[in-house]
Amino acid sequence: MSQEILRAEGLRKTFPGVVALDGVDLSLRTGEVHVLLGENGAGKSTLIKILSGAYHPDGGRVLMDSRQVHIRSAGDAQRLGIATIYQEFNLVPQLTVAENLALGRPPRRFGFVDVRRMEQQAGRLLERVGVDVDPRTPTARLGIARMQMVEIAKALALDARVLIMDEPTAVLTTSEVARLFAIVRQLRDEGVAVVFITHHLEEIAEIGGRVTVLRDGRSVAEVPANTRRDELVGLMVGRPIDQQYPRRPAERGEPLLEVRGLTRRGVFDDVSFEVRAGEVVGMAGLVGAGRTEVARALFGADRYDAGQVFVRGRPLPPGDVHAAMEAGLGLVPEDRKAQGLVLGADVAENLGLVTMRDATRAGFVDRPGLRRTAAKVAEQLGIRMTGLSQEVRTLSGGNQQKVVIGKWLAANANVLILDEPTRGVDVGAKVEIYQLVNALTAAGDAVLMISSDLPEVLGMSDRILVMARGRLVGELPAAEATQDAVMALATTETSHVR
Amino acid sequence: MSADVLPRRSPAAAWLAENGAVVALVVLVVALSLLSGDFLSLTNLLNVGVQAAVTAILAFGSTFVIVTGGIDLSVGSVAALSAISLAWTATSAGLPWPLATLVSLAVGIACGLVSAALIAYGKLPPFIATLAMLGIARGLALVVSEGSPIAMPDAVSELGGTIGAYLPIPLIVMVVMGVIAAVILNRTYPGRAMYAIGGNQEAARLSGIKVDRQLLITYALSGGFAAVAGIVLASRLASAQPQAAAGYELDAIAAVVIGGASLSGGKGRALGTLVGALILAVLRNGLNLLSVSAFWQQVVIGVVIALAVLVDTLRRRGTN
Ligand SMILES: Nc1ncnc2c1ncn2[C@@H]1O[C@H](COP(=O)(O)OP(=O)(O)OP(=O)(O)O)[C@@H](O)[C@H]1O
Ligand SMILES: [Mg+2]
Repeated sequence: MSQEILRAEGLRKTFPGVVALDGVDLSLRTGEVHVLLGENGAGKSTLIKILSGAYHPDGGRVLMDSRQVHIRSAGDAQRLGIATIYQEFNLVPQLTVAENLALGRPPRRFGFVDVRRMEQQAGRLLERVGVDVDPRTPTARLGIARMQMVEIAKALALDARVLIMDEPTAVLTTSEVARLFAIVRQLRDEGVAVVFITHHLEEIAEIGGRVTVLRDGRSVAEVPANTRRDELVGLMVGRPIDQQYPRRPAERGEPLLEVRGLTRRGVFDDVSFEVRAGEVVGMAGLVGAGRTEVARALFGADRYDAGQVFVRGRPLPPGDVHAAMEAGLGLVPEDRKAQGLVLGADVAENLGLVTMRDATRAGFVDRPGLRRTAAKVAEQLGIRMTGLSQEVRTLSGGNQQKVVIGKWLAANANVLILDEPTRGVDVGAKVEIYQLVNALTAAGDAVLMISSDLPEVLGMSDRILVMARGRLVGELPAAEATQDAVMALATTETSHVR
Repeated sequence: MSADVLPRRSPAAAWLAENGAVVALVVLVVALSLLSGDFLSLTNLLNVGVQAAVTAILAFGSTFVIVTGGIDLSVGSVAALSAISLAWTATSAGLPWPLATLVSLAVGIACGLVSAALIAYGKLPPFIATLAMLGIARGLALVVSEGSPIAMPDAVSELGGTIGAYLPIPLIVMVVMGVIAAVILNRTYPGRAMYAIGGNQEAARLSGIKVDRQLLITYALSGGFAAVAGIVLASRLASAQPQAAAGYELDAIAAVVIGGASLSGGKGRALGTLVGALILAVLRNGLNLLSVSAFWQQVVIGVVIALAVLVDTLRRRGTN
C-alpha cells in the first residue's frame, strides 16, 4: 500500500504586485504520478520551486514522512531526496553534456576531475533516456528537445525519492514522450513519487494517477487522472472549450515562400517546398530531423551551403535576418529564453522589439506608440501580468511564450514561421493562438508551423511536410494525414546526410 | 487577476530603491558638509563640478558601451589623442580652430569605429579590442606630439573658463553631453537597440536588429564623447598633453557601475552615470579637504566602488 511521502499545506507566496500562491495543498504518495494542472500563471512552477528550495513560502508548511521540513536551498531538497527538472533549463551552454550531467559532483581521481569516468557515466545516463549524443558535445549545440532529455538524465542521476518535472514534454516528439513515460512508469513502480506538470491533457490519463488542479494560486480540486477532459478543462479554466483545433481553411493564393534545394552539409540536404498565401503548412519529424535548422537558415539566422529562398518570387540574400524581415518573414524561435526574449526588459519593450524600427522617425522611437500597440497585443493574447512594465523574466513560462508570439503579431509579417509556437501554453490560450493563425491566413498571409505536438500539426495544417535525418521525406494533405502515417514517414531510413 | 494585485509600493519607495546612488550622493554631501566647513562653499562645489566634468563626459560614452554588454578601455587614450589632434592641426598645420575641432571629433569617432570593427567583424572580445586601442591611441598621441604638450588655440581654451564670474563652461558641457546621452539612450533607435543587444544579443538579432551596425554606432559614440572630454580637459590646462587622461577609463567605468548599470549589459542610465561621476568627485574633494593622504584615498574609492555594486546586487536578489 502506498503511503504519503510529502504533504504541502496552505502554501502562500507573493511577489511584488502579485499573489502567486494563495493557499495550496498537495498530497503526494510513494509510487504515484501526480499531475499538476492549471492555466498559465496559475502557480504550478512557483509551487514546485518551493518544494525544490528555490523559493521560500510566505505561509503554510511542507511535511515529509509526516514531519515538518524546511527546504531552504537546492542542497536541502537534494538531501531530502527531491530532484527537480525546471521548466526553464538549467544547463550551462558552454560546458559539454558530460560536464553538465556531473555539475557540482564530478567523479574525481587524486583530486582532479576524472574525465574518462565522467564521460562514461554520462554515456550510461544518456543511454537510459535514449538520446543519441556524444557526451563531449557542447550543450549549446543540442537543440531544445535534446537539452530537455539531458535535463531529465541529470535529474535521474540523483536517485531521488521525489521527482518533480515541470513540463518535460513541452518540446518532445511522440517517440521521446513514449520513452520518457516508460522511464517514469519504471520509477513509479520502484516507489518514486513523481510530480508531473503538463499542458497536454491527453497525457494525463496515460501517465497520471491523481490530478491536483490549481487556479489563480489556489488548489481547487484533486481528482483521479481518468477524469473526463472537459471536466478537467472546466476545473482549470472555469469555462468549456468547444473546439481544440479550430482550423478554418482559407483561400489559397500565389506562393509566398519558396525554398529550393536548401542544403547545409551535415545538417539538412536538398530541401525544397513552398508555402502559399492562405496556407498553413505543418512540418513534422523526430527530434534532430533538421526542421528547426531549415527554418533558421531560410530566415537568415544561420548560413547554408547551397540552395535558394524566394519570397513572392524574389530571392533572399543568405544569412541576412534583416532582409528576410523586410521581405515579410517572421520567426518565432523554439527557445524563447535564449533566442526570443530580452529577459531583463519589460513586456512592452519585448513586444516592441520587432516593430521598433518602423516606429522610428528621424532616428527617434515613438515609444508611447509602441506601448499602445503592446497593450493591444497583450490584451489580444491574454498575457497575464501585473502590467506592461513587468520584467519578462518574472512572467510564467506560458506567458513568456505569448510575448514571443506577440512581438511578431505586432509586426504584421506575411510569412510567419512558428517553431514550437504553443510550447508551454495552456489549452485555452492555445485556441487563442490557433484563432490568430486562422485570422492571418484569412487575410492572405502564410504560416509555416513546426511542432512536436503531432495532434496540433494534424489539427491545424492544410498540408504536412515530414522531415527525417535532414531530408524532406514526404508530404501529406491534411485530409490523409494520420498520426501513424506521419510517424511512418518520420522514421523512414534515409542515408544519413554528411 | 485584478483581485490578486497588491497595493503597489509607494512611488517614493520605488524611486529610492531604483536610485540608491542618489541617496548615497546626498548622504555623502551632508556628511562632508558637517565634517568640513569648506565643503559647502560655492567655489568648492563648482570646483567639484569641474572635477567631475571630464570623468562624467567619458562615462556617458562608456554608458552606451556598457549597456550593450561591452566595455571600452580606450576612452582615456582616445581623449588624449583627440586633444593632441586638435592642438596639432591648429598650430602645426595651421587649420582654423573650428576645423581643427571637427578633425579632433572625427579622430575620436574613428578610434571607436576601429574598435567596433574589431569586435563586430573580427569577433574580438570588447576587452581585447579596446585594450589594443588603448595602446594605439596613446602611442599615436605621443608620436604626433613628439612627447611634449602642444598649446591649444586660444578660442578653444575659452572652454576651460567661466561664463560671467562663476559658471564654469566644463560644467555646462557636461550637462549638455548628459542630456544628449539621455536622449540617445531613451528616445532613439540606436539607444533602444543598445539595451536589446545587451539584454540578449541573439534575440535582438532574430528581431531584425543589425547588431554589427549598432555596435559601430555605439563605439563611435563612445569615441566621440571621449574626444569632447579630451578637448575640455586640454582647454582647462590650455595645452594638449599626450599623457593626459591616463587611467581615466577606469574612473569612467566606475562611474557607470556606481550609477546602477550592469556590466553584463542591458541596464544603465545617463542620470545614474552622472550621479556616479559626482560621487567620485565629491569623495575625492572631501578626502582632500579632510587631508586624507592620496594613498588612502585610493583605498577608500576602491571600497566605495565595491560597496556600490554590492548593495545593488543584494537589492536585486531581494526582489527576485
Ligand atoms: N520572480 C517572480 N517575480 C514576480 N512575479 C512572479 C515571479 N515568479 C512568478 N511570478 C508570477 O507568479 C504567477 C505564477 O507563476 P508560475 O510560474 O508559478 O505559473 P505557472 O502555473 O507555472 O504557469 P505556466 O503554465 O505558464 O508555466 C504569475 O503571475 C507570475 O507572473
Ligand atoms: Mg510554469
